[in-house]
Amino acid sequence: MSVKIESEPLFSAKNVKLITDPLNRNNPITVLVLGICSALAVTVKLEPSVVMAISVIAVLTIANVITSLLRNTIPSRIRIIVQLVIIASLVILVDEILKAFAYDVSKQLSVFVGLIITNCIIMGRLEAFALGNKPWPSTLDGLGNGIGYGIILVIVGFFRELLGSGTLWDYRIIPDSFYIKNGGFYENNGLFILPPMALIIVGIIIWIQRSRTRELIEKE
Amino acid sequence: MENLASIFVKSIFVDNMIFAYFLGMCSYLAVSKTVKTSTGLGIAVIFVLGITVPVNYLINNYLLSSGALAWLSPALANMDLSFLSFIMFIAVIASMVQLVEMIIEKFSPALYNSLGIFLPLIAVNCAILGGSLFMQEREYVNLTEATVFGLGSGVGWFLAIVGIAAIREKLKYSNVPAPLRGLGITFIITGLMGIAFMTFMGIKL
Repeated sequence: MSVKIESEPLFSAKNVKLITDPLNRNNPITVLVLGICSALAVTVKLEPSVVMAISVIAVLTIANVITSLLRNTIPSRIRIIVQLVIIASLVILVDEILKAFAYDVSKQLSVFVGLIITNCIIMGRLEAFALGNKPWPSTLDGLGNGIGYGIILVIVGFFRELLGSGTLWDYRIIPDSFYIKNGGFYENNGLFILPPMALIIVGIIIWIQRSRTRELIEKE
Repeated sequence: MENLASIFVKSIFVDNMIFAYFLGMCSYLAVSKTVKTSTGLGIAVIFVLGITVPVNYLINNYLLSSGALAWLSPALANMDLSFLSFIMFIAVIASMVQLVEMIIEKFSPALYNSLGIFLPLIAVNCAILGGSLFMQEREYVNLTEATVFGLGSGVGWFLAIVGIAAIREKLKYSNVPAPLRGLGITFIITGLMGIAFMTFMGIKL
């Protein structure tokens, strides 16, 4: 990831690290194991994966900013409920927007839009970061973590759609004439459409990432 | 009765919360290191799902869904509050978990000691909210069906977490490639268990 470090204080090295760190070293899915719940079920195709990623980035960033602005006024005893209300209202907004402008995708995502509320990444970032930091770093932190989550979603969605249906974004990649039923030699791997394959792909992503970044390897 | 048995078996095996929908994965991966703790969490999930799904069913059918307020006054028959369901469900779940925790603490300290630490975790377990949302989406016809669905989903989750915990206990003795150790291999094993569970697909009672 090459992000230009500008001389402005807004993008100081520390702030840029907030965005780039979650992409690899602190990836919410493969390292921190947060937000797997809603991540895997929507990745059968690329399109719902991208929509889901964008929704989570939006909710996470805005929720981070709001919580960070309110951080000195929220009594710590009821903070969980306050956070849930902030997240739930944002998710309702996202849900209504999807229903209005991308109805088909919203049908495909079914309950998983609602499940953004209990997505552990969002609660986790609000608790761990936004409650103790100023709005601008919180924005960057939200963006970074959302993108880190989105990248994994898009990778999984890419492979599952390509190998499982031979298409990308519903656009045919593997020509029709290759298929056995049309006299060719190719057949889609039906296993990739089934849910267990998403888990196995994430397992393999973790394997590759950890063999490249060796300090992430777990010690027994 | 047949219908109820079918819903129960379907929610345990075919629509298993973990293997078919990946709900509650966070606590599933974090707590499944030993069989003992995962049994505790599994029972707590059955318990909370068995309570919150029927309560949310009542709220959905008598307050939120379109025309649900007709029993209050005919003027409200056109109201559709279903856009509020996320916030209502999560509020019900959070308060139910709190209530259940207090009740157990009062009446059964032994159970409280074994479940106690898991109950707060459950409020943000996606399987619980997922149970309520699936209940809403699948439109069960009465309260009994919704309750049976809630309990069945809980039992399915329980089976999954106890199964993976048992495998992980044995896995300590095997020689897994270093980068795959821990999280990676757990994902792959869950995938394989999911493939095994796919054999239940299409079963009808």
